[in-house]
Amino acid sequence: MKDLIEIRWHGRGGQGAKTASLLLADAAFNTGKYIQGFPEYGPERMGAPITAYNRISNNPITIHSNIYEPDYVVVVDDSLLESVPVTSGLKSSGAIIINTTKSPEYIKSLLHGYSGEVYTIDARKISMECLGKYFPNTPMLAAIIKVSKIMNDNDLINDMKNSFKHKFAKKPEVIEGNMKALEMSLNEIKKI
Amino acid sequence: MSIRERLSGNEAAAIAMKQINPDVVAAFPITPSTEIPQYFSTFVANGEVDTEFVAVESEHSAMSACIGAQAAGARAMTATSANGLSLMWEMIYIASSLRLPIVLSLVNRAVSGPLNIHCDHSDAMGVRDSGWIMLFSENNQEAYDNLLMANRIAENEKVLLPLMVCQDGFITSHSIENIELEQDEEVKKFVGEYHPKHYLLNDKEPMAVGPLDVQPYLFEHKAQQGYAMKAAKEVILEVSREFEKWTGRHYGLFEEYMLDDCDFAIVCMNSTAGTTKAVVDELRKKGIKAGLLKIRVYRPFPSEEVAKALSKAKAIAVLDKADSLNGMGGALFEDVASSMYVAGKNIPLVNYIYGIGGRDTTSEDIKSVYTDLNEILKTGKIDNPYRYLGLRKEEK
Repeated sequence: MKDLIEIRWHGRGGQGAKTASLLLADAAFNTGKYIQGFPEYGPERMGAPITAYNRISNNPITIHSNIYEPDYVVVVDDSLLESVPVTSGLKSSGAIIINTTKSPEYIKSLLHGYSGEVYTIDARKISMECLGKYFPNTPMLAAIIKVSKIMNDNDLINDMKNSFKHKFAKKPEVIEGNMKALEMSLNEIKKI
Repeated sequence: MSIRERLSGNEAAAIAMKQINPDVVAAFPITPSTEIPQYFSTFVANGEVDTEFVAVESEHSAMSACIGAQAAGARAMTATSANGLSLMWEMIYIASSLRLPIVLSLVNRAVSGPLNIHCDHSDAMGVRDSGWIMLFSENNQEAYDNLLMANRIAENEKVLLPLMVCQDGFITSHSIENIELEQDEEVKKFVGEYHPKHYLLNDKEPMAVGPLDVQPYLFEHKAQQGYAMKAAKEVILEVSREFEKWTGRHYGLFEEYMLDDCDFAIVCMNSTAGTTKAVVDELRKKGIKAGLLKIRVYRPFPSEEVAKALSKAKAIAVLDKADSLNGMGGALFEDVASSMYVAGKNIPLVNYIYGIGGRDTTSEDIKSVYTDLNEILKTGKIDNPYRYLGLRKEEK
């Protein structure tokens, strides 16, 4: 892992992009890293485009501004690709991860010629299959950890088991589904 | 042993309050500080504290309830932001003039209008002359640490003044970051019990609180507030030294970051100081002697110490996250300029108003300030000492 990894999340209000950024911060924290996880609060409401951020480093992080040149971008809702410049400032040495079922050609045509790696995952299918409801944040969390190599698959699975136990203390019935979604996502993410 | 954790600034403030376990917390919710009383009321409901939580109907009542409780002999705390502080305004002055060491967690946000829920320091700057001690916090850790030290400072017999701990709304209040927490028992030991010398519920010493104070007296009472504010400086340092012995974390009146040999100094407060540190590191690698003075104690203002610390810089920029709209400069700029003048230091000094209403302040913005200072040093000219940083340019 390089010394400072910066990640930008694009989602729609209510989809859990903010929660996903906080879970990612949690996961990286548990591996001993210094972390930041913060949303950009605008006049958001259900369905409106929202942005959230992560910084992950081996050293203390003092910078307190939004992220303009991320290493990675996670797009939780592919309908944003037409309206939000998601690749803005994204480093070509990094990658973008998109939750979509659309064709690679179509997706690439919306990325403004981005030359870095592009990954896709069908978070809806995984979520419906494992949780019976559409919560894309767990699959996207697995995807970004896999692509950014913040931790290996085994560490992720062990760590998230504990995180979910804590996070879903009041609804333990969803833990198993989320764990299944996590494992399935690690296998299903693909580079296009 | 400290506990390694990750918390938002609001969580950190709420946990500090839990560990302090004050007798009374009276609060009314307002963004972005809402989570503090929200988390705290959960601690009350779960029996983790034995605080009397008063869910008042306004911030004016929140501060009034704190004043009543503290005057009665209890330790009282509250939290608010922006217009909540505005609504407290009448009672803010009464709290300090009654010499009640109430502690307030202020999560900085722009005061309306037009309505904006995001961070700037206009709320804090509105009460800078109200007789409250004001500590500013770069991140969640400092918000937590400053609160742990707050009661000891405010309640000291030489001080007896209310104290507010400021942190940046959303930027730190809603950002999850690493933090070192202290053990409950150790916090309890450090903070100690509150035993006021004079209090209303003492039947051995009947007294009146807040009666009419006419021409022969008010001036003397105000002077006493002024002396107490001056005395607070040494008490803050004493408590900070003791805190450092306990936790290993050092706090002074301000933090000097690469300041002693710098050519170009920035003076600022709260989270922007963190961004500035990152820029200083980057510029130093390129051989540019950039430095930072981060104010922690804004009231009392450490005038002599600031002037001394800045005396070797060749050009200085003061960053204000609130505009005084006075045609001449922000509040921190005025304080630094006065300090320098009185100390006889004539160093080029400019002011930047920045980050108003949550406008993001980037590393590039901070770099541009150091570039400007370099230009001032080269040309010897300051065309306009009262500038904006990060203001959108008019489209042509």
